[in-house]
Amino acid sequence: MSQSTVQRPVRAVPDSPPPPKHTRRRRKTKERPQQFRGLVSPHTLTTRRGKIVYWTVLTFVITGFTLAFVFPLYWMVTGAMKSPDELVAVPPSFFPEELNFSVYAEAWELLDLGVFLKNTLIYAAGAWFFTLTFDVAAAYALSKLRPVFGKVVLALVLSTLMIPPMVILLPAYLSVVELPIFGWNLLNTPWAIWLPAAANGFFIFLLKRFFDSIPRELLEAAQIDGASPMRILWSVVLPVSRPILGVVSILAVVNVWKDFVWPLLVLPDSEKMSISVGISSLSAQMPQNVLIAALVIASIPAILVFLVFQRSIMAGLTAGSLKG
Amino acid sequence: MTTLSAKDVRPPRQRPPGALRRSVSRNLTAYGFLSGALICFAFFSWIPMVREFILSFQKTNFVNSTEWVGLDNFRTVLDDPAFISAWVNTAIFTLLALVFGYIVPFVFAVVLNELRHAQGYLRLIVYLPVMLPPAVAVLLFKWFYDPGAGLFNQALGVVGIPPLSWLDSTTTALPSLVIVSTWMNLGTGTLIYLAALQSIPSELYEAAELDGAGLFKRVWHITIPQTRLILLVMLLLQIVATMQVFIEPFLLTGGGPENATVTVAYLMYQYAFSFGNFGGGGALGLMLMLVLIVFSAFYLRVSRDRT
Repeated sequence: MSQSTVQRPVRAVPDSPPPPKHTRRRRKTKERPQQFRGLVSPHTLTTRRGKIVYWTVLTFVITGFTLAFVFPLYWMVTGAMKSPDELVAVPPSFFPEELNFSVYAEAWELLDLGVFLKNTLIYAAGAWFFTLTFDVAAAYALSKLRPVFGKVVLALVLSTLMIPPMVILLPAYLSVVELPIFGWNLLNTPWAIWLPAAANGFFIFLLKRFFDSIPRELLEAAQIDGASPMRILWSVVLPVSRPILGVVSILAVVNVWKDFVWPLLVLPDSEKMSISVGISSLSAQMPQNVLIAALVIASIPAILVFLVFQRSIMAGLTAGSLKG
Repeated sequence: MTTLSAKDVRPPRQRPPGALRRSVSRNLTAYGFLSGALICFAFFSWIPMVREFILSFQKTNFVNSTEWVGLDNFRTVLDDPAFISAWVNTAIFTLLALVFGYIVPFVFAVVLNELRHAQGYLRLIVYLPVMLPPAVAVLLFKWFYDPGAGLFNQALGVVGIPPLSWLDSTTTALPSLVIVSTWMNLGTGTLIYLAALQSIPSELYEAAELDGAGLFKRVWHITIPQTRLILLVMLLLQIVATMQVFIEPFLLTGGGPENATVTVAYLMYQYAFSFGNFGGGGALGLMLMLVLIVFSAFYLRVSRDRT
């Protein structure tokens, strides 16, 4: 439920568990092969004309990409520091007249960003916890314990992939307003984010496919030693599944962090809003520079997470598609 | 054909003592493990899927008890002048988003794949906007679109082009939404294509080159055919994702000017939460579901073949 944009992307992720002992080493040596070539042959690149064309294209691409993807962020960070007068000046100033960081403090105060950030953190952490607990357990049951009707359950779970979150938005909202059977009202409680986040067919699909590739012998050995299913999951399956757990964790957190429509509906109380919803709900009443400062503050956690987990995020996105 | 061959008649299997009990306990354990996820799916996916149908034939407004109203909700929605606009806008949005958001990432990937320098940097920055919360990206662009001092009009001024009214004019509003949407999503496609490109065997290009195929011929006859499956998967995914467009009209235009940016998802939201007509919203949701399910089913088929 918690994903609304292109968040269902493409069979991500490594297909099989690495041999238990070499996990680290194998992931680091993922360089392109030495004799790699693309459209243009290496030979052409050594000619004079080839070199000129190559360096022209390179410069052009670097400048273009920087302008398109970094410059807007630069404009945002510096725009926040400009006074309202300077903001509307024509032509605009490239550097702000003074490096005035106080606007960030002002935004923090005025928009109560501390509360929004804390809320979002709670939602993301809980969603991460429930997603991992429920989806790992479910995928393990479907893959290794194979109960009767396991196939039916799997088909039902995968059928949810066909239903884009937006089209069941209203009935899902009604479930939150009055939980079927129990009749509880989950509006404005973290449960309204946590539980729907765990209902993710894509994660179960990824996890099950990974668990399927763990050799039987590994589990049988443990079984003969008298280990319970729980024990096997905890001490045999999970340790070899670290790569996929990493990918699912990051996706789960990022999904909640980026989501907008769902928290907009189920957390209408301004004390409970997530950061995206909070800022946009207050955006109309704020001076422009304060609003921009708030946007900067809201982007920082996302960008930090990206820089730290860059490798796993990109690997998660693309590893599967290598098998094209 | 009533005769049974010896093969069909299986001797009753000899169960070792306690096998039944063990099988029951294995199943109980398995469903114990499944229970958490199944409850979540039931409440927030399966019941809503069924309820979507019920909802669109009922009148629901939290005050009076719900009643069946037959096709009334559909009639209300169909009579709404915004209905046609919403579908047309969604179609145009999806089409434009494909023209930019589908072709541009592929071109980026092909070019990036040829570069021997700065690739790490370029991949990093192309994915940066994807990481921003969409609300932040959209509000940032709202400021860029400002007709007076916005970045875009300032930039146009530098090149000597008269300022545009971006979000305030019926002709440019929808394309403006497409620009934001493309900017914040194109990193995903670029990186996925890039990965696909790197798995094309070099020999193919070498052979083509020996046969005298020029640069564009190589793209047309090797690069595209070699990546066609991933191209198809991404096409379907993108159609499904963009047809649900909501946050851009919600934050940038509120559907205006003159319904020029009302989309189906946004109209559905309006019916439910501005007009208090959940039935009408449900009817719209159901229609959108029926359209998208075609693409989703096709996507699942294709991607299953691939793996």
